[in-house]
Amino acid sequence: MPKSKKQHLTHLLTEYGMILVLILLGIFFSLVTLTEQRPSGKKAGLQIASIVKKRFDKDAHILIASRNLAIDKNFYDALSGSLTSAGFKHLHSVQGTPRDARAKLIELENQKIKLQVILGNQTTADWLVFEDIKLNFPQLGAPTRIGPSPYKWPNFLKKDNLLNITNQIAVIAIIAVGMTVVIICGGIDLSVGSLIAFSAVLCCLFIQNTAGGLDANAGGMILACIAAIIITGLVGSFTGSMITAFSIPPFIVTLGVMMMASGTAYLMSGGESVYRVPDSFVWLGREASLFGIPNAVFLMMLLYSIAHIMMSRTQLGRYIYAVGGNAEAARLAGVPVKWIQLFAYTLSGLLAGLGGVVMASQLKSGAPTYGQMYELYVIAAVVVGGTSLSGGEGKIFGTLIGAFIIAVIQNGMNLMNIESYTQKVILGMVILIAVLLDKLKQKKFQTS
Amino acid sequence: MPPPLLQMSGIEKRFPGVHALKGVNLTLQKGEVLALMGENGAGKSTLMKVLGGAHLPDQGTIQLEGENVTIESPVKARALGVSMIYQEFNLIPALSAIENVFLGQEITQNGLIRHGEEKDQTLALLSQLGMDFDPELPCRQLTIAQQQSIEIARALSLNSKILVLDEPSAVLTLHEVEKLFEIIHKLKQQGLGLIYIGHRLDEIFRIADRTQVMRDGACIADKDLADCTRQSLIEMMVGRELKNEFPLKSPSIGKTKLKIRNMTRGKAVQNISLKVRSGEILGLAGLVGAGRTELARLIFGADPRDAGEIQLDGKTLSVCSPREAIAAGIGLLTEDRKLQGLVLSHSVKDNFGLPNLNRFAPAGFVKTSIERREFQDYVTTMRVKISNENQKANQLSGGNQQKLVIAKWLARHCEVLIFDEPTRGIDVGAKYEIYQLMNDLAAKGKAIIMISSELPEILGMADRILVMHEGRITGEIEDVTSATQEEIMHFAVA
Repeated sequence: MPKSKKQHLTHLLTEYGMILVLILLGIFFSLVTLTEQRPSGKKAGLQIASIVKKRFDKDAHILIASRNLAIDKNFYDALSGSLTSAGFKHLHSVQGTPRDARAKLIELENQKIKLQVILGNQTTADWLVFEDIKLNFPQLGAPTRIGPSPYKWPNFLKKDNLLNITNQIAVIAIIAVGMTVVIICGGIDLSVGSLIAFSAVLCCLFIQNTAGGLDANAGGMILACIAAIIITGLVGSFTGSMITAFSIPPFIVTLGVMMMASGTAYLMSGGESVYRVPDSFVWLGREASLFGIPNAVFLMMLLYSIAHIMMSRTQLGRYIYAVGGNAEAARLAGVPVKWIQLFAYTLSGLLAGLGGVVMASQLKSGAPTYGQMYELYVIAAVVVGGTSLSGGEGKIFGTLIGAFIIAVIQNGMNLMNIESYTQKVILGMVILIAVLLDKLKQKKFQTS
Repeated sequence: MPPPLLQMSGIEKRFPGVHALKGVNLTLQKGEVLALMGENGAGKSTLMKVLGGAHLPDQGTIQLEGENVTIESPVKARALGVSMIYQEFNLIPALSAIENVFLGQEITQNGLIRHGEEKDQTLALLSQLGMDFDPELPCRQLTIAQQQSIEIARALSLNSKILVLDEPSAVLTLHEVEKLFEIIHKLKQQGLGLIYIGHRLDEIFRIADRTQVMRDGACIADKDLADCTRQSLIEMMVGRELKNEFPLKSPSIGKTKLKIRNMTRGKAVQNISLKVRSGEILGLAGLVGAGRTELARLIFGADPRDAGEIQLDGKTLSVCSPREAIAAGIGLLTEDRKLQGLVLSHSVKDNFGLPNLNRFAPAGFVKTSIERREFQDYVTTMRVKISNENQKANQLSGGNQQKLVIAKWLARHCEVLIFDEPTRGIDVGAKYEIYQLMNDLAAKGKAIIMISSELPEILGMADRILVMHEGRITGEIEDVTSATQEEIMHFAVA
């Protein structure tokens, strides 16, 4: 029987709906944040160099103005390097403040130099000292001023902003891997938010008290992180064994563990932030060591790849889907249902522990207030990603898309200066729409 | 003469692939107990669902006291005075007898419930039934018989004229059954019409006035019980001759494969011992609730057993879970394919692979090439009709679902296979193919236990028959070729 148009639309909406939503959101926020941009740093330098090469002789006297900043240094290096190699002989430069620029102009005037062009980046090209050059320094001639030319580009699509989104979502996305497995397995884990705080505090306490505090070395810090992750994983195992051994509903068990973990985090830290950790502790959360990808983002991608293979290619993954799809049928087919459930909650605990460590590293401290409400954002990411809360269905990469949708909405609304109360309302609506899509999917399943 | 209390005429009902009711007539007079009898699947429950408003008939009329009525919902049925009492009670365990009796029809004044009045009425209803217990207790603390009386009290509070009791005695103790019969007697005297569905012949003879026997969706007899004998009732229920429904076979029975000793679990399975030889199909007959499925689940490790020993090829097994049973070489094809046999929302291939992943995924990673090849092999040889390997299991017909379940167990190469109602809800053509598969398995030296409530199937397929009744084996038939359905029925109703 050929599919009707309506069926096709439903299929499209359910199978690819979330990617589509993400793309549409991206386009929307790109359009509304489209603003005038000026290149800076190296890019600006090269742009100006190419203009100069076209318009001026090699003998022209050129002044390059820049500030004492790293980004201006890049600008200057790129610009002067390019011009020198193109054969420009008379390059003058000033690095510093407008006052330094005035001194330089006086100096050039004294040398009786006719200046043809002044080059600057988006700030220095507009310095006042260059405005009235004809009046104040008539001897210098009438130099042209060239700054980087503006262009239109959305703030949303700037590289820094995109990296910012991924970096911010890393913690939620990492924990959402474990949550996806738990939900596909037919359960739910409300404790992950508290476990973030638990793990972050634990990790920082280990570094502060055992690994040498501010002088801790890399090895000590790594051990502290691993210890925190493993202990949090054991909490997950405890959750799992309560659920499997006594058949208590997961909602109740994880609610209890959530409170216990949060309370323990406050007790361990005395209610305060644990911050006496070395500066190098931020390596995981803030730095980027591979192709400019932040380490946390790299870790996230790695975990998603592993989890995807686990869920789609291994026996374990098949068993997880089967347990969530029909636990009794799975048991009668020889699936060790309880072990699978125990595994899922342990994994969720381990990943919540890892998320806590990443967050501690990002914020360079561990506080019991971390991760509040995160369990709900994580569940939202999983659900928006198309995983059915009734279990047995869902895709790991769907969750990543779900996490991105939430992050993009938050980020886009920040860029649009929407205040946080409105943001919450909109975010809630998006989650409802996602669940509606899930229902549509189930309806399709029932009618076909 | 006044019109009968209930007159159902020419009731037709078709479900996809099944002609469930073929022009059934049924009459019920005031103050009469009608026993509705027949084998499982004869159409009794469908007929009662039509009466209770759960199904609309395709054709036919229903008259209550001479007036045509359309019963399109259970609510309408109750409003018309028709109440159904099923084996599974519709009580809310946490609520008291009073609250359950008046659920949905609370006596209120200004929006507040008049508890005292409800209590008085409940007590009156219960004493009318000869029951005496505290109506304030939550139902879950009451005995089964007390709960049943609450259901009946509820029906009475609705001024029901017709009461349908679906195997009410199956869940009761002997003493409680006596009590129930007293209640039925009282109701009869009050002028209610009762339809009693049951299998126990002794009980039927004691309480019913008239019987109507159904077979294959049609009513085949309507007689006063005074004119019936036990023998004639059984013959009417079974009724049909064995045709060539079953493939021919030449069993070659070998040594004992599976031996069960003193298997016990509560009252469902009591001290059962049996053995199955290789190449043999052992038929387990009995009525629904006789404990056959429970026994199968014990052998398979799906439920914990109180006592008992399992031996396979002379070696004692310590099977405590399906996983261990499967590893030892025992497979169970459950009665309920949809809830226990398949993960319906998953693809046919994944369902096939589930018990076989140990082989398909030797290092933990599923080798889809092996899985796909075996899947295709089995699907082709067993002629499972699928559109592609990613088709969801719930999109297959009953017969194809069953073949898929069989395929997944065949691929597991089990030595002992237990088929629980293997052909339930399956059309005749597919049935034959499934019989053929079972014979092939037996020919390969596997031991097979077949549970079936269809007597012709048991007689046609089994090499030896055990009959169960209320958790015990009540009869063994060694010589199947000369056995009759009546013989099995005698054991089954004990």
